[in-house]
Amino acid sequence: MAKKLPSVDALLIGFGWTGAIMAQELTDAGLNVLALERGAWSDTSREFATTFAQDELRYFWRHDLFQTTAHDTQTIRNDASQVALPMRKLGSYLPGTNVGGAGVHWNGQTWRFLPSDFVARSHNLQRYGADAIPDTMTIQDWGVTYDDLEPYYDRFERLCGISGKAGNIRGQIQPGGNPFEGPRSREYPNPPMAMSYPPTLFAEAAASLGFHPFPQPSANMSQAYTNPLGVRLEKCTHCGFCEKFACGNYSKASAQTTILPVLMKKPNFRLRTECEVMKVNLDSSGKRAVSVTYVDAAGEEYEQPADLIVMCSYILNNVRLMLLSGIGTPYDPQTGQGVIGKNYAYQITSSVNLFFDDKILNPFIGAGAHGMHVDEWNGDNFDHTGLGFIGGGYVGVLQTGARPIETHPVPEGTPAWGSAFKKAIADNYLKTTSITTHGAVMSHRGNYLDLDPTYRDVYGRPLLRMTFDYTDNEHRMSDYLTDRAADIARAMKPREIKVNKRQGSWDVVPYQTTHNTGGAIMGSDPSTSAVNRWLQSWDVSNLFVMGASAFPQNPGYNPTGTVAALAYASAAAIRERYLKAPGALA
Amino acid sequence: MDEPRLSRRRLLTTGAVITAVPVVTAAATLGGRDVPFKEGQANAPVAADGASGWRWFTDAEAAFITAAVGRLIPADDLGPGAVEAGVPTFIDRQLAGAYGRGERWYMQGPWSPGLPTQGYQTRLTPAGLYRAAIKAIDAAVVRESRGGSFARLAAADQDAFLKRLEKGDVALDGIDAKAFFAQLLQNTLEGFWSDPIYGGNRDMAGWKLIGFPGARYDNSEFVSRHGEKYPLPPVGIAGRVDWTRSQT
Repeated sequence: MAKKLPSVDALLIGFGWTGAIMAQELTDAGLNVLALERGAWSDTSREFATTFAQDELRYFWRHDLFQTTAHDTQTIRNDASQVALPMRKLGSYLPGTNVGGAGVHWNGQTWRFLPSDFVARSHNLQRYGADAIPDTMTIQDWGVTYDDLEPYYDRFERLCGISGKAGNIRGQIQPGGNPFEGPRSREYPNPPMAMSYPPTLFAEAAASLGFHPFPQPSANMSQAYTNPLGVRLEKCTHCGFCEKFACGNYSKASAQTTILPVLMKKPNFRLRTECEVMKVNLDSSGKRAVSVTYVDAAGEEYEQPADLIVMCSYILNNVRLMLLSGIGTPYDPQTGQGVIGKNYAYQITSSVNLFFDDKILNPFIGAGAHGMHVDEWNGDNFDHTGLGFIGGGYVGVLQTGARPIETHPVPEGTPAWGSAFKKAIADNYLKTTSITTHGAVMSHRGNYLDLDPTYRDVYGRPLLRMTFDYTDNEHRMSDYLTDRAADIARAMKPREIKVNKRQGSWDVVPYQTTHNTGGAIMGSDPSTSAVNRWLQSWDVSNLFVMGASAFPQNPGYNPTGTVAALAYASAAAIRERYLKAPGALA
Repeated sequence: MDEPRLSRRRLLTTGAVITAVPVVTAAATLGGRDVPFKEGQANAPVAADGASGWRWFTDAEAAFITAAVGRLIPADDLGPGAVEAGVPTFIDRQLAGAYGRGERWYMQGPWSPGLPTQGYQTRLTPAGLYRAAIKAIDAAVVRESRGGSFARLAAADQDAFLKRLEKGDVALDGIDAKAFFAQLLQNTLEGFWSDPIYGGNRDMAGWKLIGFPGARYDNSEFVSRHGEKYPLPPVGIAGRVDWTRSQT
């Protein structure tokens, strides 16, 4: 029998980026806020100090900062004809665990989506006609526009101290920035990071071909920075243990380095760690959430009532908790009806390796969001007429630090082991770099999330089942981007290149990105979306669902900037409207 | 690194029956001026046991591992190979610990071989896979050569056998040869290039081979020095080679 606890004003489920943002905003509004986090407390000095943070084996290969599949995982399959099997070992994506979530080991690549990304369906129909979107491609408009979100993008960039160069300030194109970006109200809070050699070579080659290279907008500090909350971040040291690692130097924006030093001292905030929410309990009408049931580290069960509940966990956990709690109508891929689990999407990536004879590139000098890109082929920045696909992605050199177990590229035809392998690594390691492409994934009728009929987690609850594959649209788009990357690679004049296109079905084994999206998508119509433009559940008005689960499809950029902007927009609507008159905001 | 402070959460996930976990305390409630940042506590890595002897492998298994990793990364005129870098010790210590037991992995049935895109689907833990695979490999060598073991084959024959394993072209009594080879190669690369505290990369031989400077945390002054050779020797979590060599 669950022990019933005193009610709180607002309850947050999960405590990473969106949990910290929401907690800061709602405690500022005077609410009594409680966050439940299933992982443990985690802070810089204890868990990833500079004296031992640079440990490729422990943190990446042995998953010290990532979710434990033994606890729960997803079952996966490429299409409904296959039997889904559990992802027993992490691979393609790496959800975080503990306080700070995946925002502890993220790269810090902090993008805004394009204005046209938010109206992907109507924009593509208007420009290319009805044939551009096949019946099976279930893309939608977001119900929110770039202009709506601009102040909230700005807010997050200020919080984090993003290093970058604006390309468009209030409609004026800025030299050195990304000329394709939506208009921003002002310059980035910090200048771009000092640039290492390979991104510099990329930018020179891209410019020589008439493109517009610009620095990666980065949550790695180009200089020391004190954010609007008064929390200070330090200058990044380019140690190269950032992507997939935690920063020991307070140089990468995360909940720990931007919000928690202020939030944790507030008298109206509480955090309970190692507490996992089993389900959200609804009242008899099914329209109102009254409490959550959770289990603590000792196995004790509690019922925690709250007036307002916000799901702030990773998207896969949010969607699963909605399904387990009976919130909203589950998506049915046969009929296309229902919304929970609909429009799951991901990212498609590829690369081109470059090998030089005459240039020492020191690829280990890096940071998670350190590099130069071109955006000529992202979103609808180029004419897609006759190409057979919509969407796009960015192309660039991102020098994240070539940790040697993970990164040891060798020229075409080199064996994978033996003396020839050893020699190839010794000859090439310091003289190699790669151009990567980072592409959109449109939503498709057959790509979705639901509950697995067979496999269970440690508590006996069904695992989430992921049915996903790339379609022709993704492969054509990614191949197109890869060809453009190869063009620029040749202009960098290496001895040789090796082109790595993304071929075949989505494969859970190799790491790709932790950019899972959709499943509780936002929109303006309750019959085709799970949450409204303020991330409020259409079905349960005192429940809000944060995260990339709201993306109706996944544009060609990393998600965190937009995830945070949506959280700030949601918090503003809660503060300015919902608290005055609790109920549906749309 | 095997068990750096087994958290209560980890007890929960590894215990088969939740109710068997003793009640420790109520959940930690943090915040409200109870600032959880604590000085002087660090979840530092746990170094591999450096004493001699094997923790997981039998002598016969150790003979296989030593022979096999010595072919995957051989000692040659470029410098030490996997054996000289301590890779057999690294793999042994890894298999004897949490990794070898597959502690973080979802290991509930039902079991099915699945498709390649569905990844690891064997019910064997990594340590169990090594045990079963090495036994089957030596049995295959006995069958084909009328005696001996993989470790006693000539180097060229070992290479040929490893190539067949790589392609999945050896019957191994129900063991997926290709999957085992992939794991062996991965663990060999890990042992050659991970921090020396885990028992491999002895004298930072792997890092020296390629020019990787190791666990350095400040490269600021070198970012803009394009094309210059990085001048500093590698450093590990426990310091530089010349500080620790006497212990390895």
